[in-house]
This record gives sequence, structure tokens and C-alpha cells, in this order.
Amino acid sequence: MSAKRPYRYRGPREDAPLLRLILSALAIGFIGLFLVLPVVLVFAEALNSGLAFALDAIDEPDARSAIRLSLIAAAITLPLNIVFGVAASWAIAKFDFPGKSFLTTLIDLPYAISPVVAGMIYLLVFGLQGWFGEYLRDADVQIVFALPGIVLATLFVSFPFVARELIPLMQDQGRTEEEAAISLGASGFQTFLRVTLPNIKWGLMYGVLLCNARAMGEFGAVSVVSGHIRGLTNTMPLHVEVLYNDYQSVGAFAVASLLALLALVTLALKALLEWRYADEIAAAHRH
Amino acid sequence: MSLVIANIAKEFGRYPALKGVSLTLPTGKFVALLGPSGSGKTTLLRILGGLEIPDAGSARLGDTDLLAMPARLRRTGFVFQNYALFRHMTVADNIAFGLKVRPRANRPPKAEIAARVETLLELVQLDGLGGRYPSQLSGGQRQRVALARALAIEPRMLLLDEPFGALDAKVRKELRGWLRSLQQRLELTTVFVTHDQEEAFALADLVAVMNLGRIEQFGTPDEVRRAPATPFVADFIAS
Repeated sequence: MSAKRPYRYRGPREDAPLLRLILSALAIGFIGLFLVLPVVLVFAEALNSGLAFALDAIDEPDARSAIRLSLIAAAITLPLNIVFGVAASWAIAKFDFPGKSFLTTLIDLPYAISPVVAGMIYLLVFGLQGWFGEYLRDADVQIVFALPGIVLATLFVSFPFVARELIPLMQDQGRTEEEAAISLGASGFQTFLRVTLPNIKWGLMYGVLLCNARAMGEFGAVSVVSGHIRGLTNTMPLHVEVLYNDYQSVGAFAVASLLALLALVTLALKALLEWRYADEIAAAHRH
Repeated sequence: MSLVIANIAKEFGRYPALKGVSLTLPTGKFVALLGPSGSGKTTLLRILGGLEIPDAGSARLGDTDLLAMPARLRRTGFVFQNYALFRHMTVADNIAFGLKVRPRANRPPKAEIAARVETLLELVQLDGLGGRYPSQLSGGQRQRVALARALAIEPRMLLLDEPFGALDAKVRKELRGWLRSLQQRLELTTVFVTHDQEEAFALADLVAVMNLGRIEQFGTPDEVRRAPATPFVADFIAS
């Protein structure tokens, strides 16, 4: 097109070609070097001794138990965080009440706090030396170094994802559609089901995907409460560390690849949703 | 069934929005709440629709105590300023909403709902557009969908918040005349909020001029124009 232009000036929103080249190269180079290359290397390292060897490393009792535990923890965490996240965003975005900004800050807490500290908190509360430790032991309830502790830690670190995704969206949409539904005779529950939920479904989907990725990948908090019992309380990320520390690097990278693969699938799903439903997603914000 | 509003007061925080408003609206009339922004007209409308709860006062429609009823049971056809159409539903689903959410015992069968939607679409001159989404309609069309949706629940009265505020001048004039004749045909008590005195005088049977949470004057457009009751009214309609 530029050949047809009568003037040789650049448009007001165009940058110099050299500047454009440098900026793009910087961005692509940075992302390639620090984000893409490591992921590729993980897969390369896992397949170093052949695919069969990598598959064997995954299809081994301890690894299988770790995969199962991660999936169970995510399967329990996700529904809970969807319910809590939607409830919290609904309350914050649609109602005014005292302590609202405090609640908003509280939701960000898991972002701000180091996961290790989060794990320590549960140890402090439920551990044998903790507040409820002796009581729990007498009642024969095991929380720390068992599935409940792992679920609690995962719940803590993955809580903000759904709420953080939904609050701005719901605030943006306002309450008039809900008011309209009520004035047309809908009950509170009908309003939520037929008006609020359909309007936030894409945001909710994103939140759930991110929450899931975090839940399966969490290391720090889970590491503190799990106790690293092989074949029993090791999740996938913990199992990767154990294998690596045992100098079983192929096994470590094979499990790491599986973990990375799950994350990539999550991202691919998100991209697919964005591409497939671009119109509807835009419409949810418009109006 | 006339609508009798008595001594309605409402404060937001410490800011008094309504300071004891009383009005009697005869059945089937088209009434304008006219006033500058901050005069409390929208608050009064929202109280009638059950979307705000007043601090004091009463509102009775015939012998029903409106304020004792939650918004969802009042059947006040409320049309919002920006229409508040359900963006994820088609036009037909928007209109059918009020019927579909009824408890099973008095919910019309599907075929009947569909027939009612068709009738309403014709009434608001949107035949054939039932499958569209709100974002695919013009402002004037959205406004008529909002109206059809409100009419679908067979409302006791119609409440319109700045019904023509978001439309351009030409569409506004057209819709105005059309709305007026529709209201007369349905003989539906209608209250609408506006800051545009020309619009209020052209459309309404009765005009309530509001200022700072009070009613300054209530009368026919003629009365208000010929004999402004207070300096504020005289000043407001002169502007």
C-alpha cells in the first residue's frame, strides 16, 4: 500500500521500521529464551532416552499415585473454589456492605502470601504441635500429612483465581439486568441462574481453567503439609522433586513433562474458547 | 384503581433524596415526573417498582399496599433507562422471561408463551425480529423490546425511567407518539421520569414537577404552564 502513497511521511501511529524491528526482536527473544526454551528442554530431556523409557517412568506405582493424588486434590478444590469464588464475587460486585473492601483485600491474600507460609499456617493450626493437634489426634482425624491437608493448602493458594476473574466483570455489568429480572417476577435464585450466571460464564470458565492449572501445579504450600510420603502423600510436583533429588533425571523430566502438558492443554483450551466465542465474550462486556 | 402515594421519604446515607412526597394518580393516566437531576424523580419511580425501599410513607394501588409487596410480586412493568435487556437472550426470550419464571402452577404452557411473544412483537412493531440479540438492534428497537418485555407480565402499571433519554431526536419524536397511543389503547396507568419539560408537556395527562426531593406542583400540563405554583416551577419551565 505504501507505494501508492503520494507522501513519504509516516502515519501518526506508525513507528520507525528499525524501532519496530528492535522491539519485536526483544519481545520474541525474551519470551523464547525464558519461557519457550525451558518448556521445550523439559520435553527434550524427558525424551532423551526414548519415549518408552519416559512412559515407563510415568507408569510406575509411585508416579501413578502422585498423578492420582494431584487429580483428586484438583477435583475437590475446583468445585469448592467455584462456589466460594462466585459467592464472593457476587457479594462484592452487586452489594454494598460494611467490610467490603476488607473482604476484597482478603481475597488477594493468597496472591501476596508465600505458599510456604500458607502451608505453615495449616501446620500451625492442624499439626500435632498446633492449636487443634491433640484434639484431632484424640478424635483420630488426620489432616496434616494426609489428603485433607493437601486439599486445604491447594484450596488456599488457588482461591483468588475465580473471584479475581469475576469481580471486575460483574462490576462492569452492573445490577440493572438483575433488577429487571426481579421486577419481571424472577426469584433471587432464578435471577442468578438465568441472568447472572449466563453473563459471567466465560469469565468463570477462564477462572476455572487458571484455578485448575494452579491447583495441579502447586508446590510450596502442599510441600509443607504433605510430609512427602512416597506413594501416599506425594503430588505430581512433589514427586518431580523427589525423583530429581534421587538423580532419576529422566523420570523427573518425564513427570515434569506430563505436568507441563496438562498446563499447555489448559492454555490451549483457553485460547480455543477465546477464539471460538470471541463475539459472545465481547458482547458480555459491551452493552 | 388509583395509585395513592403518601409522605414517602428516603435518604441515601445522610443525603435526603425524597422529603415526604404525596401524589394521587388516577387510573389509566399518563403521568410525568419532571425535574432536574437530583430532584428525586428516579428514586420515587424505583420505590414504586420495589427497587428501593423508602424510609417512611405508603403507596397503595386500589386496596393493595404496594410497599408491603416484594418487587417480584408487584407486577410493575419497569422499563430501565438503558433498557437492561438480557444480553445473552434473544429478543423473544427477553420478552418471554417474565412468563417463564412464573411458578409452575400459573405458568402458561410453552405454546401459549410463544403465541404471546408473537402478539407482543407485533404490538411493538418488531415482527420477525424475535431471533435477534439485543446487540443487533438499534436504540429505538431495544427500547420497544424493553417495553414488550414489561408488558408481557400484564403489569398493574407501567414505570418508565427516562424512556427516550438514549435516543436521537427523530426516533424520540416517533416513539413518543407511538407510546402515547399505545398507553391510551391499553388504558394502563403509566408513570415516566423525564428532565425534558417539552417531552413531559407533550405526552403527559398530568405532570408532577419535582425539586430537591419535594413535589413543587402537580397538575395538567396546561395548569402548570399557565399558573406555575412556585418560583422554581416558573423558572424551570421558562428555561
